[in-house]
Amino acid sequence: MDTFVQQLINGLTIGSIYALIALGYTMVYGILRLINFAHGDIYMVGAYAGFILATSLGFAENPSIFGFGVTLAGAMIIAAAIGMAIERFAYRPVRKFSKMTTLITAIGMSLLIEYLFVFIFSGTPKSFPQLLTNTNITLFGNATISTSQILIFVVSMLLMVFLQWIIYKTKIGKAMRAVSFNINSAKLMGINTDFVISFTFALGSALAAAGGVLTAQYNPKIDPLMGIMTGLKAFVAAVLGGIGNIPGAVLGGLLIGAAETLVVGYGDYVGIPSTYRDAVAFAILILVLLIRPAGLLGSNVQEKV
Amino acid sequence: MTWIKSIIVGVVIIAILWVMNAAMSSAGFFGIGIDDYQSRLVVFIAINIILATSLNLINGFTGQFSIGHAGFMAVGAYSSAYFTVTYGKAIEASLGALGETVASSIVLLIAILIGAVVAAIMGLIVGIPSLRLKGDYLAIVTLGFAEIIRIVILNIDAVGGATGYQVPGYANFLWIGIFAVITVVVIHNIVKSDTGRALISIREDELAAEAMGVNTTRFKVTSFVIGSAFAGVSGVLFAHYNKFLSTNDFQFIKSFEIIIMIVIGGMGSMTGAILGAIIVTILPEVLRQLPDVQLGSTIIRFADLRLVIFALILILTMILRPQGILGTAEIGGFFKRFRRADKPTGGLK
Amino acid sequence: MTRAFLAICLVLSIFFSACVQKGGTSGGNDSGDTIKVGVYGDMTGPTSSFGQSTKNGIDLAVEEINAAGGVNGKKLVVVSEDDQGRPEQAKTVVSKLISQDKVHAILGEVASTNSLAAAPVAQEAKIPMITPSSTNPKVTEVGDFISRVCFIDPFQGSVMAKFSANTLKAKTAAILGDVNSDYSKGLTQFFEEEFTRLGGKVVAKEAYTQTDPDFKGQLTKIRNLNPDVIYVPGYYGQVGIIAKQARELGMNMPLLGGDGWDSPEIWKLGGDALKNTFISNHYSAENPAPEIQNFVKAYQAKYKVVPDSLAALAYDAAKVLADAIKRAGGTDSAKLRDAINATKDFPGVTGRITLDAKRNAVKPAVVLELMPAEGKFKFKETIAPEGAETAPPTAPGTNTNTTTNTNK
Repeated sequence: MDTFVQQLINGLTIGSIYALIALGYTMVYGILRLINFAHGDIYMVGAYAGFILATSLGFAENPSIFGFGVTLAGAMIIAAAIGMAIERFAYRPVRKFSKMTTLITAIGMSLLIEYLFVFIFSGTPKSFPQLLTNTNITLFGNATISTSQILIFVVSMLLMVFLQWIIYKTKIGKAMRAVSFNINSAKLMGINTDFVISFTFALGSALAAAGGVLTAQYNPKIDPLMGIMTGLKAFVAAVLGGIGNIPGAVLGGLLIGAAETLVVGYGDYVGIPSTYRDAVAFAILILVLLIRPAGLLGSNVQEKV
Repeated sequence: MTWIKSIIVGVVIIAILWVMNAAMSSAGFFGIGIDDYQSRLVVFIAINIILATSLNLINGFTGQFSIGHAGFMAVGAYSSAYFTVTYGKAIEASLGALGETVASSIVLLIAILIGAVVAAIMGLIVGIPSLRLKGDYLAIVTLGFAEIIRIVILNIDAVGGATGYQVPGYANFLWIGIFAVITVVVIHNIVKSDTGRALISIREDELAAEAMGVNTTRFKVTSFVIGSAFAGVSGVLFAHYNKFLSTNDFQFIKSFEIIIMIVIGGMGSMTGAILGAIIVTILPEVLRQLPDVQLGSTIIRFADLRLVIFALILILTMILRPQGILGTAEIGGFFKRFRRADKPTGGLK
Repeated sequence: MTRAFLAICLVLSIFFSACVQKGGTSGGNDSGDTIKVGVYGDMTGPTSSFGQSTKNGIDLAVEEINAAGGVNGKKLVVVSEDDQGRPEQAKTVVSKLISQDKVHAILGEVASTNSLAAAPVAQEAKIPMITPSSTNPKVTEVGDFISRVCFIDPFQGSVMAKFSANTLKAKTAAILGDVNSDYSKGLTQFFEEEFTRLGGKVVAKEAYTQTDPDFKGQLTKIRNLNPDVIYVPGYYGQVGIIAKQARELGMNMPLLGGDGWDSPEIWKLGGDALKNTFISNHYSAENPAPEIQNFVKAYQAKYKVVPDSLAALAYDAAKVLADAIKRAGGTDSAKLRDAINATKDFPGVTGRITLDAKRNAVKPAVVLELMPAEGKFKFKETIAPEGAETAPPTAPGTNTNTTTNTNK
């Protein structure tokens, strides 16, 4: 029993990271109907931004909550800026073209970021400094939970609640919802859609960067290609929950994280080796799209002719 | 074109390919030769032409978002390789009476058939469920399938697993060139046929096509299956020319390279696909020659920026000229201006 | 009609642009006053740190050789190409190095998959290729122009098995390997064989992929079986985290690994979790022998980091090549091949290098204990290849007469 709980804890930890990144995907898709392939790489950019901040501001030598907070906030701000820049210079000019064009631009942007970082920072993984001490708490039997796992879970939940507040209780949130409903009508209503879109990108990128910094605390290895797999799985999480649906992204993230870890832990009993972990996310994606394309919490949108 | 003309053209093309093939061997063609490295590039151009044209059928002419083409190439490559490794020698021995070149060519042709069929089946498996999806979703699903295929192959030790698979070298430029030509001709004929018109109509407006009575699902699956079959063929040729297979060569970046080919050339243009294939094969090699620049104490190797430059080219193409170099034009279009006006066919004007 | 016409034009134009007079050039002739050495490796891909270390080692060696006057009076020139860690590109760049750059010999690669892809090109073109660090036995089986200066997986896998059974007195072991790595799979296989042969039992074989964010799933499974030791024959990038997470789960048994752990980054990734862990390696940077210390100092001065075993092996490979060129009296391909294959007792940084009949280096491995507090690998013992007399307690590479006994 304690093994199961242990695996569950592991899964929910990873799941919280996927949830954070999935939120960005789902918001951007809700507004622009664009899958921002480069979103997973913003997660990586956030981790690197945090790395640079922590090492250059000296937090690496003196771990502290303050240092962690500054690194986290700093990384989020830098990533938000980069996200907005990407939207402004790469996506806005192609918005008027076909879906295929925007998709390919997004893919190209993803590759650009990845290989630019490889060129600048070299492909050698770096280790993110430990900014907070990590202790293990035994729950019962052999099941342990570490403070960094708790931190990831708590911070993710807080950020998600904060996001819900923005979307449902603020004016800009209302504007975001309007634009996601129908961008042209929103324009007619006097909403500055360009601003709203930029804001959405900024918000999504900040969350992804938070995911990056949190993950780096848990698993200190960072490398320029770390965003690919995680980003794809976070996208699957967004689809699973219902793309465009915020609580859905959270739910999707947690489910994917749990499913993955349980396959690793118990897959042998059903003949799935643990090395098929990555395939699990894709298999879930395919199943969801076949059985319930709207996702768990999404609503079916009929296509009007 | 009358059938006599077709035959003459066919013979001329085969003759040229045969001469080039001879030039690639170590003896050269009466002393004129192409060195190893350049031969390899020319072969890769031909293989990439097959990949680009087959993907163009799916993405360019039918307007679907398939970004997992490398998966079908891998399937064709590995299935045919397994066949030739296990049965190649035996078949050659039993056909020994026909001479070595004929026997090995027959083995290659059987391998190509196997690769194409297996890839087509894979295309069916991937296509039928996925083609109900639209746009971005379809893209991710094709990507997912390609990844699953790659992970599965990686875990099969019988085809080398992580180490790699050594494959006998049945393919040479003559055959590769011939199949490149066959691919272009076949796909061109499909595009110009009624099937092609149905595919293009799906690309232009799927709902309208459906309303006009076009069975969109059937045609989408057809184009998918044909496209994957040819991708499988390219995989077979690649495997038996490279003589070595590793799943590292079939990752997402490979699918992406094929996409760049048709995007740069112009999706929906056969000539564009061929042009794109040539550019994408040659450009990285040209970029390798970029000099190293010394800035203070560090040396910046510009050659290492190859991929960054590639990604930039792609993004800029999308922003500045999204239809690619040729758009939907074909090279034949350029020459229409110089042809005499068609004679009137009589009847009402 | 225009279609066909243009197709023909296209094909012909490519053909003519590629035409070159086919002469007898196969790179085996002494040309001019430089000797060109081709180097290929991963410079911009996922394993670029390996390619970079390797190139650093080679560059340092070549610098030293040229400063001492070159080989037979000629300077060595390194021509290096990036294969991005992809086997198809490895083959392409080696083909380029041979046909276009006309190199006289090739050094590379690190990953056996890439070496396997490229070796046939070198073999066919009759250009000697020395791989500094590929450990899969198949690489040298490609042909007699292919050799290596490192030991092979069967040997390295058995080293840790012997250490676990004999020194650590372990009866049960679990293995946690990298499924995508041929190196890791090779070591797993041979560790299991040897450990079982010595009477131990492998109770679990788990695997991970390099992109896994978390290994607690696999570790929890292993924890339930409570093995005496865990063998983790992977790369430092994942191993550091594995060690940390294992300790977090309360698993304190010794962790064992191979030379893939050897990197200065591992201390930052694993920290104190790396106490009570051991690896098999080619050399120890702590070895007080003067050649090794000179190498470490020179490398640190040039590159600002302590050399890892990949750099050390690459350094040795370059020096072996230079020595062979000297013995062969030139770069004639057949003579050079024979000279390389006849390398005997070459004093390398990674031990005395002798190539056996299969062109693999026969030399002892060292077992090192990780000391995270000091950030060093501490020498523990030497394990010699089967059949050789037991090595004296001195670390390998020292210039004493007794070490000649350790090699077959």
